[in-house]
Amino acid sequence: MTRRDRGAVPASGRPSAPKLLAAATWLTTPLLPDDYLSLVNPLWSIRELRGRVETVQRLTADAVSLVIRPGWGWSAHQPGQYVGIGVDSDGVRYWRTYSVTSPPSDRDDRVSIAVKAVPNGRVSQHLVHRTAVGDTLRLRRPQGQFVLPADAAVDRLLFLTAGSGITPIMGILRSLAARGAMPDVVLLHSAPTPDAVLFGAELRELATRFPSLRLHLRHTATDGRLTLDQLPRWCRDWPERGVWACGPTGLLDDVESHWRAAGVQHRLHVERFQPAAAATASGGCSQVRFTRSGRTITGDQATPLLILGEDAGVVMPSGCRMGICFGCVAPVRSGQVRDLRTNQVHGEAGELIQTCISTAATDVELEL
Amino acid sequence: MTYATARLSDADIEALGSELDCIRADVVASRGERDASYIHTVIKVQRGLEVGGRTLLLGSLLPPLWLAGTAMLSAAKILENMEIGHNVLHGQWDWMRDPEIHSTTWEWDLVTPAAAWKHTHNDLHHTWTNVVGRDRDIGYTIIRMSEDQAWRPWHLAQPAYNLLLAAVFEWGIALFDLELDDVVHGRKGQRELFDQVRAVLGKAIRQAAKDYVLFPLLSGPSAVPTLVANLTANVVRNVWAHTIIFCGHFPDGVEQFTVAEVDGETRGGWYLRQLLGSANIDGSRLLHVLSGNLSHQIEHHLFPDLPSNRYAEIAPQVRALCGRFALPYTTGPLYHQAASAWKRVFRMALPSHPRREAAAVAPYAMA
Repeated sequence: MTRRDRGAVPASGRPSAPKLLAAATWLTTPLLPDDYLSLVNPLWSIRELRGRVETVQRLTADAVSLVIRPGWGWSAHQPGQYVGIGVDSDGVRYWRTYSVTSPPSDRDDRVSIAVKAVPNGRVSQHLVHRTAVGDTLRLRRPQGQFVLPADAAVDRLLFLTAGSGITPIMGILRSLAARGAMPDVVLLHSAPTPDAVLFGAELRELATRFPSLRLHLRHTATDGRLTLDQLPRWCRDWPERGVWACGPTGLLDDVESHWRAAGVQHRLHVERFQPAAAATASGGCSQVRFTRSGRTITGDQATPLLILGEDAGVVMPSGCRMGICFGCVAPVRSGQVRDLRTNQVHGEAGELIQTCISTAATDVELEL
Repeated sequence: MTYATARLSDADIEALGSELDCIRADVVASRGERDASYIHTVIKVQRGLEVGGRTLLLGSLLPPLWLAGTAMLSAAKILENMEIGHNVLHGQWDWMRDPEIHSTTWEWDLVTPAAAWKHTHNDLHHTWTNVVGRDRDIGYTIIRMSEDQAWRPWHLAQPAYNLLLAAVFEWGIALFDLELDDVVHGRKGQRELFDQVRAVLGKAIRQAAKDYVLFPLLSGPSAVPTLVANLTANVVRNVWAHTIIFCGHFPDGVEQFTVAEVDGETRGGWYLRQLLGSANIDGSRLLHVLSGNLSHQIEHHLFPDLPSNRYAEIAPQVRALCGRFALPYTTGPLYHQAASAWKRVFRMALPSHPRREAAAVAPYAMA
């Protein structure tokens, strides 16, 4: 019996490390060769995907761009996808997701992310203010459907972004620019002030280099918020364009209803950084039992089971943390859960539920 | 109740309990970076010692290398077992949410699989500490450690076989964790036993292959000295663990309890039993680390899941509390506590009457 057999660590697919390590397990049992190798280089781990911070570039007063070199087990991303980033803050592991802002490259598997410090945001504050070159981060491999179609059939595009919603679009624009073929793109981006625009200089430079990229920056502190009825002023043919929108929940909700009203929602692609929660008025408490770890807690019925488990020190698998990737699924042994997005109550023994968007509706037992 | 609690009213016991709850809450609220870096450092040192020791042993035909390698490997195995393994498996570091250092993923360098040990140790021993008939750790079902345990003629030999047990302690624990007596008495199914035996064998093969076949083979001409070194390191670790553990609950001054006494026990009463049923070892910081901080057995039994590096810090508070409630706080230097525990092994080898009439010995398995 070795640590690998215990299987509580989320599987991260096919490791690229040599098979020699499997044989070496006989020498390191019950630990794994990783446990010793990663003392030499933290990136030498098959079981846990890690990355080293190679560059920290300050973008604005409260945002940085980090270049990260992933360790063993990485797989290349598609522009627009996000990665999971785990940091240890005050001794405790926290996970968030960030869009990759660098273009994919054949020669180099380093990736960049851009992070804006959110007030009281534990992970973003840590990454922006307390992360230095050489630090080790935990990674989860790229995921997400917010990507351009592979056949590039979409020749006219509209990117509608606000705040840090520019980050996945930056990844897409950079990869289009790297290929040297910029299609007809309108980028409509909102930020409070000129100083707060992430990648402002680079966006302007791209727009100069590629006439087919039309850039419209809106500074909401002075110009007010963008309303969608103004859309034709910037982009007359908006209903005919493939649209990729990313930003705060309010903007995305508006965008979704606007495109639906126009009957062209099939052209719309949306990336949310938070799950769209249905209004739940439940203020009750439930007993939640994690059967494998033997923990029982009393949790409120508004907090996702993922968070309750993490707070109780249970090893919870997780991914996007917003109901998309299914990286957090776990079997229910008993009880019912509520889907935060739809308010639907469901759950029967053995059903796999997404813990990140499920709250307890009754007392619940999870096989974790 | 008949033990030292006789002097304490129910209200006193609950007051004691809430004071201990406060000590616990203070530690929980202040766990952070400092603690995380402590366990990370201990793990690094342990792995460094192990790699260093095993590397030196590749040339163990040379006596100085054998000596240094064996010493380093013994120290590594002791740290791995005590300060790291035992405490990680208690969930002391689960709050870090690091799957690499977590009670549900950890496996240790002992024959008994972590899962089996967590059941007999965390569930049974820590819940029923020193309750004769419930706490199977009182003599591990083969050594008579209480007047309330029935005397049998074979107990005359227990000083001898306890010495043997010390040398092969990890194998003894592996066997003990199978709870064969429960199978004999029908409290445990044969299917479950079969699965457990398979798990133990699977692990034992890997453990033995590593220490007694593969590393000796890798050492080429130093194969035999390496084999002897690995065997020595395992025995050193076994004897050390056995000694520390026997000092935890068997020296003079530690109380044992009957099932009747713990009937209807409150949270405060549970705390009190842990206090009276455990003994500390005085010593240096090095002794504390090498004992896995089980030298703070009292603090460990009060708060089994607090990080071990905090036990030394809260010990003065716990001791002061004992002073206030006029409760004993059993402690002494290692040689003294070990001699005291061994005296009990000899004393109990001879027949004696139960301490109390209420010693209704219940089956180990709980309803």
